[in-house]
Amino acid sequence: MEWSSLAEMAACAEEQGISLGRLVFLGEVQDTEGQERSVYERMSKSWQVMKEAVQEGLNNPSKSRGGMIGGEGHKLAAYLKKGRSLSGDVLDAVSRALAVAELNAAMGKIVAAPTAGSCGIIPGVLTMLQEKLNLSDEAVIYALFAASGIGLIIAQRASLSGAQGGCQAECGSAAAMAAAAVVELAGGTPFQVLDAVAISMKNNLGLVCDPVAGLVEVPCAKRNALGAANALVAADMALAGIVSVIPADEVIGAMGEIGRTMPEALRETAQGGLARTPTGLKLAKKFLSLE
Amino acid sequence: MAKYMSCFDIIGPIMVGPSSSHTAGAVRLGKMARYLLGENPRKTDIFLHGSFRETYRGHGTDLALIAGLLGLETDDTRIKESFRLAKEASLDFSFQPADLGDVHPNTVRFLLEGETGYRLEMQGSSTGGGNIVVTEINGFPVELYGNFETIITTHRDVPGVIAQVTQVLSRHGINIAFMRVARKNKGKMASMMIETDQSIPQEVLEEIKELPYMSSVRLVGKV
Repeated sequence: MEWSSLAEMAACAEEQGISLGRLVFLGEVQDTEGQERSVYERMSKSWQVMKEAVQEGLNNPSKSRGGMIGGEGHKLAAYLKKGRSLSGDVLDAVSRALAVAELNAAMGKIVAAPTAGSCGIIPGVLTMLQEKLNLSDEAVIYALFAASGIGLIIAQRASLSGAQGGCQAECGSAAAMAAAAVVELAGGTPFQVLDAVAISMKNNLGLVCDPVAGLVEVPCAKRNALGAANALVAADMALAGIVSVIPADEVIGAMGEIGRTMPEALRETAQGGLARTPTGLKLAKKFLSLE
Repeated sequence: MAKYMSCFDIIGPIMVGPSSSHTAGAVRLGKMARYLLGENPRKTDIFLHGSFRETYRGHGTDLALIAGLLGLETDDTRIKESFRLAKEASLDFSFQPADLGDVHPNTVRFLLEGETGYRLEMQGSSTGGGNIVVTEINGFPVELYGNFETIITTHRDVPGVIAQVTQVLSRHGINIAFMRVARKNKGKMASMMIETDQSIPQEVLEEIKELPYMSSVRLVGKV
């Protein structure tokens, strides 16, 4: 990819009068010496798998490998149907994100977005939005290119891995990418996309990776759920015209720096945070004794 | 970790959960062992090191390693049934915790036996994001990533052998992307790994097999 910052990408898209998603798509075609059709089809395949994962996770919930989670997405969807939820459509996206994260923990088929541990957020948010706004698959697929362009910059300037940067790098990046996709789908400008990225990511700065028993279950699944909510609210704020005081590129830089200074105990080692609570330790012991 | 270049490094891979390093990477390591064995596996002992040893059951690493040995892809939803599939394929297996020394925390060692009795020892690591590296084959140190088609030879360590092989490849218009040579003792057995940009037709492989001093030639696909 020829861009080294989000500001550069957004300026380039504005100049050419195209969306960020289209810009990233054309960049991918150029980089891979690929044909537009095959690059598009590849993202289209990922989108199909994301949709299937949402349905599978919601309709056929199963217990996770470690036995700590399973069925909560389904439970939330049922609660939502009663029509008394307090957070409305946001909760719809949340239930889907949770369902996909649970499917991942039960060895179902998912798309790493950007990682397997954060795979629920983008499909949760985008499938809800597609149904609510009656969007075409094509529109969503370009929004996925926009999201992956954001992810590429985060990967370059910071990290997408929990072991390197904590959960801010996994669920935090996924939420920022989802927020970007939402703004793009809602017709926001490339610079509004950047504000959504910045607002979303700022609220996840410092988020530690502390998986109980080292498994991708607790707190991962529920962080996917809340990452979906974060993405939607951040997108709405940006669409309302709220500007992030700290620009997106600098927020990403801060995320990278926080990750580097974070103690190793809080970077996917299961040596700190929730993994070290009395219940976390008890669950880990129970699980490891099964070995 | 390798630098991300493509959109599909970010949204993707399509895989079976829960973890790209503990599940998808493990499938690829198993597939690599299957390729290197070159026949249907009948029996395997699998040694798990570090994080693989601590959490293999919760991540389904055990199921994934067997799935790879059976030739399944990283996005095959039958990965979670791989123990049953192994039974159907008459593959016996065991898992053992091990300390493999100063190696990557996600490291596994296979002792494999194939249907004709051929035996293979392979060690490799899952290095993150579904990437892998095979670090040892039958006692030879190697560096094999599974991203290219690769020719692996064992041959007598005699001057000119490497040139013979590269000549065959150049005659068929096959470009070498990466190449490594290793040996156990000077003048005795050596091994070479040649990663190529183009795929290797069977007749090219046969031609290399016919060369003097070759004792085995295997083709390993991308995994």
